[in-house]
Formats: sequence, C-alpha cells, structure tokens
Amino acid sequence: MRNVFVYCELEDNNVADVSLELLTKGKDLAGQLGVQLEAIVIGSGLENIGAQIFKYGADTVYVADDKRLSPYTTLPHTSIVTGLLKEHNPQIVLFGATSIGRDIAPRVASAMRCGLTADCTSLVIGDHYVKKTDTTYKNLLYQIRPAFGGNIIATIINPDMHPQMATVRQGVMKKEVFDENHQGEVKKVKVADYVKDEDFVIEIIERHIEKSKVNLGASPIIVAGGYGVGSKENFDLLYQLADVLGAEVGGSRAAVDAGYIEHERQIGQTGVTVRPKLYIACGISGAVQHRVGMDQSAMIVSINTDEHAPINSIADYNIHGDLNEVIPKLIKFYKKNTK
Amino acid sequence: MNGFKIIVLAKQVPDTRNVGKDAMKEDGTVNRAVLPAIFNPEDLNALELALQVKDKYPDSEVIILTMGPPRAADIIREAIYRGADKGYLITDRRFAGSDTLATSYAISQAVKKIGDFDLIFAGRQAIDGDTAQVGPQAAEKVGIPQITYAEELISVEKEKITIKRRLENGVETVAAPMPVLITVHGSAPDCRPRHAKRLMKYKYALTKTEMKDADDLRKELVEKRPYLLIEEWSVDDIGADVKWLGLSGSPTKVKKVENIVLAAKEAKQIDTSDEQLEEFIKELIENHTIG
Repeated sequence: MRNVFVYCELEDNNVADVSLELLTKGKDLAGQLGVQLEAIVIGSGLENIGAQIFKYGADTVYVADDKRLSPYTTLPHTSIVTGLLKEHNPQIVLFGATSIGRDIAPRVASAMRCGLTADCTSLVIGDHYVKKTDTTYKNLLYQIRPAFGGNIIATIINPDMHPQMATVRQGVMKKEVFDENHQGEVKKVKVADYVKDEDFVIEIIERHIEKSKVNLGASPIIVAGGYGVGSKENFDLLYQLADVLGAEVGGSRAAVDAGYIEHERQIGQTGVTVRPKLYIACGISGAVQHRVGMDQSAMIVSINTDEHAPINSIADYNIHGDLNEVIPKLIKFYKKNTK
Repeated sequence: MNGFKIIVLAKQVPDTRNVGKDAMKEDGTVNRAVLPAIFNPEDLNALELALQVKDKYPDSEVIILTMGPPRAADIIREAIYRGADKGYLITDRRFAGSDTLATSYAISQAVKKIGDFDLIFAGRQAIDGDTAQVGPQAAEKVGIPQITYAEELISVEKEKITIKRRLENGVETVAAPMPVLITVHGSAPDCRPRHAKRLMKYKYALTKTEMKDADDLRKELVEKRPYLLIEEWSVDDIGADVKWLGLSGSPTKVKKVENIVLAAKEAKQIDTSDEQLEEFIKELIENHTIG
C-alpha cells in the first residue's frame, strides 16, 4: 500500500499545531485513497509521542529518538526522512510550511527527485487526463496555490515522479481529532542506520526562541490594514479600534513590506491564515494571497476609498470612505451604543 | 590565497509587488510585458553578505550566477556595479519550463563548472514564486550543507562561517564548515548601492548575444577589454542532461491556471455619514458580532 506520510514538527517536545493540522488533512486524503496515514517524528526524549499523534488518525508513527537530533538541524533530519521515504514509497508526503518544513522539504525532494509544491492553500484528490498519450492518471494530489503575485490560482500535479510532496502553512487546514481511542503502532527508527557522522557538521551556537506574542489565529475579531492605511502612524487608529472591540491587529503583505506593521502580524498566503467571527479590512485592496488567508471569516467588512477594490466583492459590508474619517466614528458609535 | 571564492545565485523576476490593473490579459494569462523586470530583492541581500565577506578578505572573488533569458544579463551588470567581480548567465531555450527541481539541477551543474568554491549565497526566495526551494535543492545536488534564512554575518574564518538565522519565532546562531550554501532573509542588511567607478568601468559589459545587436563602437570596446564580456553558458556548456531540464525534468506540472474571478456577493453599501455608520455598528451589536 502506498500511504500518506506527514513529517511532524516538535515544539518543546509537543507535536506542533501545523503538524496536527496536516495529520487531519492527511487522514482525510488517506481515507479517500483507501490507504493508511503514517507519521515521522524526529527528536529527543519522545517516549510518549505516539499518544499525541494516534488520535489524529495515524496508523504508524516512525520515531527517531536521539540526543543529537534535537534541536532540529537539516542534514540528519533529511537523511532519516529520505531513508524512510525510499523504504516505504508513499504516494503523498506533507510538511508544514514553517522555518523547519521549508528547510527540509526541498532538500528531501531533491534527494528523492520528486516534485514539491510550496504553501498550498488546498489539497484535493482528482484525476488527470493526458490527451497526447491517452492516459488517465487516477487519484493524483491536486496541489492548489496562488501564484505569480497572487494574480492567478494554479493547480499543480506530479503525475510521474512520486511521492507527491507539498508544504502547507499553519492555520490553513483545520485541526480535528479523528478518534480519541484510535491506536497505531510506534516503529522505532534505528538512527545509526540512517545518519552519518558527517550529517552533524552544523553547530548550533545559540538559540533564542520566543513564543509569539501575537495570536491572530485565536482572535474572534481582527482589524487588518493594508498599504492603503498609508503610514505606520495611521495604523495607530487600527490599534485604537482593535482596543475598544477586543480585537487583534493584522496586516497585508504590502503593509508589512512597507514597514507599517511587523511581520508576525501578516495575514495571507505567506503569513497566517485566520477565520475570525469578524474581519475588518482597512485600506486592503485584497490580492488573492491576502484573501486566501482570511476569506473563511464569518463576516467581512471592508473600509476602502476604492469602490472597486477586489476585497469588496467578498465583503458583507462595504464602507466607502477614508479610514481616517470612518474609524474614529466607528469607535464613537460603538462606545455610545454599548454603554 | 587569502580570500574566498564566493558564488551568489540571483534571479531576475517580474515585479509582482506592484501589479497594476493591466497585469492580466483578457484571456486570463499574465501579461509579463507590462511588469518591470527587477533584481529579486532577497538576492540583493545575498549579494550584500557576499560582499561583506569580501570586505573582510579583499582577495575574495564574488561571482554572480543567474539563469534566465538573455536580458537577465542586466542582473549581472547590476551586481558588478555593486561590487561583484564577474558573472555567468545560464541561458538556453531548453531550460524553459523548468520547475524548482530542474532549475536547481541546472544551477548545480554550473556551480560544479565554476568549481573550487568556498561559499554560495542565495536569496531565501524569489518574489514570483515564493517557494524558497531552489537554494536547498541546489545545496543537495552539489552535496554540501545549507544554512537557510541568514540575517547577519557574525564571523568568517578560514573554512568556517558563523551566521545568525531568522526563524519564524526567534533567532539561531550556527557555525558551518565550508563549503556551504547560505540562503539570505530579507531582514539581512540592504545591499550597498552601485559604485560610481565600477559603473563607469563596466557599463558597456555585454554578453555574446547582446554583442550581435550592439553597434560597432561598442563591439570594438568589448573586444579590446575582455573583462567587458559576460560569459553565457548553454545546456552543453554546463554538461547538463536535457532529460533533467525543462518540462521533462520537472516533476510538477501546471494542470490548471485560473484567473481570479470574484464571485459577486450581495454586500451592504455604507457611506461615511453618521447615520449609516451608527446603523452599521448597531447591527453588529444586535447580532452579537461585537459587544
């Protein structure tokens, strides 16, 4: 059976959210294909890691447990993943589009000589017909992502050279327990069989990892600004509105690139994906890379001087006007009506 | 030699950050003609880190390597104006359609042809694809370690380089032996500007392809001053197997490309009058969206 594999990342020896989301998606894909879901975990002190993974539907977990494997470095992890993939010949392999996933996945893809699609926003099983050879490829993985500055949505497939590999950002897929009682098998990886001493050439001198202070994903209300906000100072207005509404502030890539707001608040394909109850987009034109990061919001309000901004077509409310005029009024009326 | 041989990988990209209304043609394909071609921003950060190594070890040689159509020679000239010593343009129609795997194969072949290098710097990712794959894939194909997301050059000694990396949730300082490939994050120092003297010296530099269309005066100049000739490499020059290039060497295929057509949704239109804005706020409070 050619199964679905997920490379699981660790944060303080817990499986990272992005990996749990991928396990959830991987279980769904494996179900459609009638195959099993398998996970790879590499680190140190992983005696009980299986319990965290099995309830998301994994049938097998390959655990490589060795002091030298934590924290993550590229070469030893690549050697183990590549070795396991060559042995087990999966059809699909998923990685988080994180600092680690985007470091290891291309290296593995190159060693496997297979395709890799970065930052997918949707993964779907489907067929592919090639007219020239009159061949139908059954059950390929459609890897769907915005491309070319977000002006197009591309569906990528890897018909011949498998496994089909993809990376997905945190928050894009939903995390859902498959079955609290689902049990799988832990298979211990003999690390020495996969890793050479030369794999440990990179020396980590210092690490300074901080838990992100911003938690956009968990906020029910988000006030987001784009390039149209105009300046870092004008973003203060957004913070004021967020403050009275109990919201978090986010920004589009254009706003981050312009230096109006810090990178950790970026929403969209190359930032975080959010699904709040209310999304207030201020001066955001709404390129597709931004929209894929927020279009699942329950309610979208667009404040924009441009009536034809693309974001207006997915909004529930369009406020035509300058945010410098609109936001202070919104704050005033909110205070007035909630007293 | 008291210096290092440094290769910088760079790409000419369409400026997708400033896409205007005419960027898409009516048939839904991208109108590349209207998008300005620029030096991929993070490749400029990569060039800067390479030049910082050369600042410390002036005998170092910084070689810019790019793959693309003939006009990508602009990238090489730009890098030379800013301090690179020379460059190679990998160009051949048979590269067309290459995905990241095929591209990294071509680059690795060119890197091997240059040979005997100590360091490779590359931008983390290019703005037209944002994949961040070619750097690590090239490192794998050349058979050397990689350091991704470099933000700062901490130190460089004989056969050892120390780099601070920018991670999504922090920073990490690592040391690696040479040779090593380093991808550079946009938070690294900006690239130094063009150097006036270098601009004067190299502004007439041309590739062989460009020579064909050049006027006689310029041809003569390049013939007299060989350093003005930018070398172009074909598939054969880098000893690449066409099987691993272009569409045949690319495992990923584009099945479908959709222009973004937005499904129009019934949206409430609101102006900036007090009445309408207050009504809007009341509605949100009443349906428990806020409050």
